[in-house]
Amino acid sequence: MIYQDSETLLEVCGLRANVNNIEILKGIDLVVRSGEVHAIMGTNGSGKSTLAKVLAGHVAYEITSGTVFFKGKNLLNLAPEDRAREGVFLGFQYPIEIPGVANNQFLRLIYNTMRIQHGKDELDPLEFDDFVREKMRLLEINPDFLDRSVNEGFSGGEKKRNEILQMALLSPKLAILDETDSGLDIDALRVVAQGINQLTNRDNATILVTHYQRLLNHIVPDYVHVMDSGRIIRTGDKELALELEAHGYDWIGTEHCAILGT
Amino acid sequence: MNIANNDDCFRSMLQGQSQLPVSPLMWLNKLRASAVDRVSALKIPTTRDEEWRFTDIAPLTKFLFQPADVVPYPQTANVSRFYLTEASIRLVFIDGVYTSQLSSNLSDLTKNSGVIVSNLSTGIPEYAAMIKPHLGGYVEFGDNIFSALNTAFLHDGALVIVPRDAQVKMPVHLLFITTQAKVVSYPRCLIVTEPNSAVTIFEDYVALQQGTYVNNAVTEITLANNASLNHIRVQRDSHQAFHIGSCAVSLARSSRYQSVNVALGARISRYNLNVLLADTSAEATVDGLTLIAERQLADIHTCIDHAKSNGTSRQLHKCIVGGNARAVFSGKIMVRPDAQHTNSFQSSRNLLLTLKARVDTKPQLEIFADDVKCVHGATVGQLNNEEVFYLKSRGLSDTMARNLLTYAFGAEIIDRIPIASLRCQLEQIVLEQTQGG
Repeated sequence: MIYQDSETLLEVCGLRANVNNIEILKGIDLVVRSGEVHAIMGTNGSGKSTLAKVLAGHVAYEITSGTVFFKGKNLLNLAPEDRAREGVFLGFQYPIEIPGVANNQFLRLIYNTMRIQHGKDELDPLEFDDFVREKMRLLEINPDFLDRSVNEGFSGGEKKRNEILQMALLSPKLAILDETDSGLDIDALRVVAQGINQLTNRDNATILVTHYQRLLNHIVPDYVHVMDSGRIIRTGDKELALELEAHGYDWIGTEHCAILGT
Repeated sequence: MNIANNDDCFRSMLQGQSQLPVSPLMWLNKLRASAVDRVSALKIPTTRDEEWRFTDIAPLTKFLFQPADVVPYPQTANVSRFYLTEASIRLVFIDGVYTSQLSSNLSDLTKNSGVIVSNLSTGIPEYAAMIKPHLGGYVEFGDNIFSALNTAFLHDGALVIVPRDAQVKMPVHLLFITTQAKVVSYPRCLIVTEPNSAVTIFEDYVALQQGTYVNNAVTEITLANNASLNHIRVQRDSHQAFHIGSCAVSLARSSRYQSVNVALGARISRYNLNVLLADTSAEATVDGLTLIAERQLADIHTCIDHAKSNGTSRQLHKCIVGGNARAVFSGKIMVRPDAQHTNSFQSSRNLLLTLKARVDTKPQLEIFADDVKCVHGATVGQLNNEEVFYLKSRGLSDTMARNLLTYAFGAEIIDRIPIASLRCQLEQIVLEQTQGG
């Protein structure tokens, strides 16, 4: 939701980034204010997942120019863990499996680490158990989830639910969800989308990185950005996503070329 | 005495052998005598021997080791920290000598359940007919000087015989404790399972204090048709000790052998594990974890031999190597001509924590049958950056992320141990070692 008096959370200006000396992001400008939901759409290879990882601080990407400010702080100077502590969350397209570590241990560890950072007391295992189970009910997650190793042997849908569960525990200021809809069947998509909707409020913001419009039937974006070849080539409201769905990415590509006169 | 060369060192080790009590059983005396002959004939292996390419055993020959003359009776408090908190059947050996005061009441067990758990030296005459076909029948000592020495000194040890259809719920804890420096012990285990039986064996090597000593262990295991055995072996010897172990397992039709071996201790350790799927439809799971640091060397050689059809084997061996330590894994999978429809999977995964840590891994497949499914592979590396990034993106510091992933790498193997209190003990050790760098 767009609010008149909202705080600017994220300000990306002229951001360029390389991986292995190949330029993937070629000048991104993006402003996200609290309360807003942004969708970043684009074909495979357009750079949208790279943008998500760069914002979270992945070391494989080299920033060549531009600035990123988060709540007024220079985000590019912060290590990934410090960005997380400031309130940036990345929901992974392919969450990592960690055999040997029980999911509940892992969830408690990240939750308590965050609490300590914020000057609060840790929850003991019993307190945490109550807390996490309540969040799990919200996401319709099976209780056996807690005893299994982190993401090991999870279905695509279970992994994505586990990402949203982590988001629910960490309650970030800015959630960047990379292809959270991929690999989900219709029912799982509905549950995950409902979970995300319940977590959005006036004080936080969400960036949905997605290829398809279908997630946006459940989570209504305030802004839709279309990326192509490392740039945002078009920004509109939710109608833009519907147009893309109807005409495909080629349509916007040709239109973009027409504007640029190439 | 003057040690002229390495081989003399081993012959000097034979000195105490003649003091062993003569057994009333001729075949046992013969077995020992032929082992003595082999020790005299064999040379100590060097790195020129293919089987010992990576492991230089010469440091062992720099000391004079003798079997313990006097065996102390340790304070129970010092020993009990090694006990399982679960109900268990326990055999305790101090410096190689059976200690009944610290062991379970075994006669009641046999009376009530028919399960035989006994000190080998008293069990052999009593159950000679059941033991004779197996003792010395699986671990070859013809070309292995260590197994030959162990057999030459065959006396105290662990004997477990599980009768037909018996399902032993309590784990059998075989606890070998070394209390003195400069001693050599010859732990020996014989595990015989009859058809349709099931048992869990926990072979455990510990030290009460740091010291230089030798454990030269031999274990033989035979599984009858449809028997099931969990075998956990933990080597947590003193970091100055030498540990040489051999284990041979023979599987009859449709039997199941699940093993987890963990190497944590010793300055130099070597473990040979040979698993023979001697009949059809047998299943073997052989998992292992080597966790070493400082200047330790841990060498494990396994051979899973599929002799008959429809067998399944799965092996995951992991090494976590820190400091200047060196780990060796040599894993052979043999599929013989009669072993059609074998399904075999082998994986060696290795994590190096420092630049000076080293691992030599050698997975090998030898397949002589044409209708089989065999997969094997090995990885050596540092922690995966994507995994580290995932954890850091959740707010964990770089150190926390790396420690957690290192811990998880080892915990995956420990999780496969079916004894909860042992899992906790080992997880704690992994946690301490991985966080210590």
